[in-house]
Amino acid sequence: MEFPGLFNYWVVIFLMMVGFYALISRGNLVKKVVGLNLFQTSVIIFYVSTGKIVGGTAPILIEDDHGVAGGAAEVLYSNPLPHVLMLTAIVVGVATMAMALALVVRIKETYGTIEDDEIQEQVLADELQEGARP
Amino acid sequence: MIAAHLPAIQIVAPLLAAALCVLVPWKRVSWGIAMAGAVTAFAAAVGLLSRVLGGEDIRYALGGWAAPWGIEYRVDAVNGLVLLIVAGIGVVVTLFALTSVEREVDERRIPLFYGAWMLCLCGLLGIAITGDAFNIFVFLEISSLGTYALIAMGSDRRALVSAFRYLIMGSIGASFIVIGIGLLYVETGTLNLADLAERLPALYGERTVLVAFAFLTVGTSLKLALFPLHVWLPDAYAFAPSAVTGLIAATSTKVAVYVLLRFFFTVFGVTYSFDELSLGMWLLPLALVAIFTMSLVAIFQRNIKRMLAYSSVAQIGYIILGISFASVTGLTAATLHLFNHALMKGALFLALGCVMYRVGSVHIDALRGLGRRMPWTMAAFTAGGLSLIGVPLTVGFVSKWYLVLGALEQGMWPVAALVLVTSTLAVVYIWRVVEAVYFGEPSARADSVSEAPLRLLVPTWALIVANLYFGIDASLTTNVAGQAARALLGGAP
Repeated sequence: MEFPGLFNYWVVIFLMMVGFYALISRGNLVKKVVGLNLFQTSVIIFYVSTGKIVGGTAPILIEDDHGVAGGAAEVLYSNPLPHVLMLTAIVVGVATMAMALALVVRIKETYGTIEDDEIQEQVLADELQEGARP
Repeated sequence: MIAAHLPAIQIVAPLLAAALCVLVPWKRVSWGIAMAGAVTAFAAAVGLLSRVLGGEDIRYALGGWAAPWGIEYRVDAVNGLVLLIVAGIGVVVTLFALTSVEREVDERRIPLFYGAWMLCLCGLLGIAITGDAFNIFVFLEISSLGTYALIAMGSDRRALVSAFRYLIMGSIGASFIVIGIGLLYVETGTLNLADLAERLPALYGERTVLVAFAFLTVGTSLKLALFPLHVWLPDAYAFAPSAVTGLIAATSTKVAVYVLLRFFFTVFGVTYSFDELSLGMWLLPLALVAIFTMSLVAIFQRNIKRMLAYSSVAQIGYIILGISFASVTGLTAATLHLFNHALMKGALFLALGCVMYRVGSVHIDALRGLGRRMPWTMAAFTAGGLSLIGVPLTVGFVSKWYLVLGALEQGMWPVAALVLVTSTLAVVYIWRVVEAVYFGEPSARADSVSEAPLRLLVPTWALIVANLYFGIDASLTTNVAGQAARALLGGAP
């Protein structure tokens, strides 16, 4: 197994785990959001890597000597589909990020903090007041 | 002419409505647009299902791009039924939302609320109708983003925290699903579900396929709140506005179950999922633990919305139990319960919405003595509760009946017995509420309330009547569910 061959995939796994770890271990909501974003970004790199072919060129049909598009034989194209899919995924990721940050802003306005444990204390106080946990 | 384009209308109507809702500044007008979108989607769903029941599987190439290059919409008995549930509940709950939302959501945000509402509906319908794996992810995220926004609009400040938690867990689930889909694409070179189903059998031994299967299973399980991945659900349901709880409790987990069914049975095939990987052996204990522990936890909840949310996790357990048998009867039971649970939980949450409208709380102490003040609301709650327990003449009985039959067919009589025993747990938690409502001394606040307005009662009772109707005459639902089960086990979609 040659080292650079799977290099991208190791990066994907590394990024994913870093994001996942941040998501679980950090109490700061913004850091959680950043962790989530890293996690999603690793998926994007994964997809883009799968579309790459060594020596492949951009998937634009190359003309042959007579000017026929796509007529040139033995041209290696990279697969464009994963890239296109990831355009959608990037949009989704941005929307999720915006949504998450908007929620964090609202939480900060209502609770006065974005630290998970401090919010939990206040949530617990709410529940005691409501009598949800007698 | 129109009939040929029903699959597109199914999605485009709510999507357009979402955009229009946000553009108009008047809350009543934006509600009208949302209602129009929901009704159109429902009409399309009815049209599609009736064609499917005529024995025709619908294939629709979106934008005229033929599959597998373009995105294809496919409708068979399974997703025809899911479309009908989602669109039907959509209409009823939108009707309910008009009055309920004005009370619970900030006035300025109401047009935005309906925008998110229609996006959520559009996403759910889209997941059900599409025949393209990546498209499932896109619609999943559309519906999820809508749901996060809707939950966050709850009047309790804890709604924000539960929406955030749901967002984090939901996004992880969705990312898992994309990874799974990506691995399938790498292995087969197609994203079309039917093509995947054709090409996968040759690749059953591959490690990549196994990993894709694992990612898809975990990701979808997170979305459908399979125990122990359910932790986001109770708070999200408890603190969302009443109408939103009604919508998502009745539809979003059901659609996730549909995705699971599609991948397990249609795409990977029952021989791979259940014979080779013996998935049933894993799902069965998880389902039983979910049913048992979550019903127990529900008994001790004092916020009734949260109690019903825990009960929802338990009910998902029943559906998964039916799936784990991987037999025609088991799948019929699962599909039936998918439909029936949407009806009963929709009705129960709408009844609680009526209470919220009048009393402003769904705490058990606030419900004391309401039976005399709000007789129609509480009769609806009781009827819904009976259906949840599985009393004969309600839909709950029909699905439990098939579930027990399915268990006995597999020779698992202890499982059948457990299904019956856990139904008594539902008796306990529903009885707690009924006792407080009819025999409790009314609090000062409860004493002064009057019956909920007709605009709330009509949608609630519409669902209750559906509960009774499909409980007495189950021929339509069992027919569709049976056809769906055979389609799932038959392999090709």
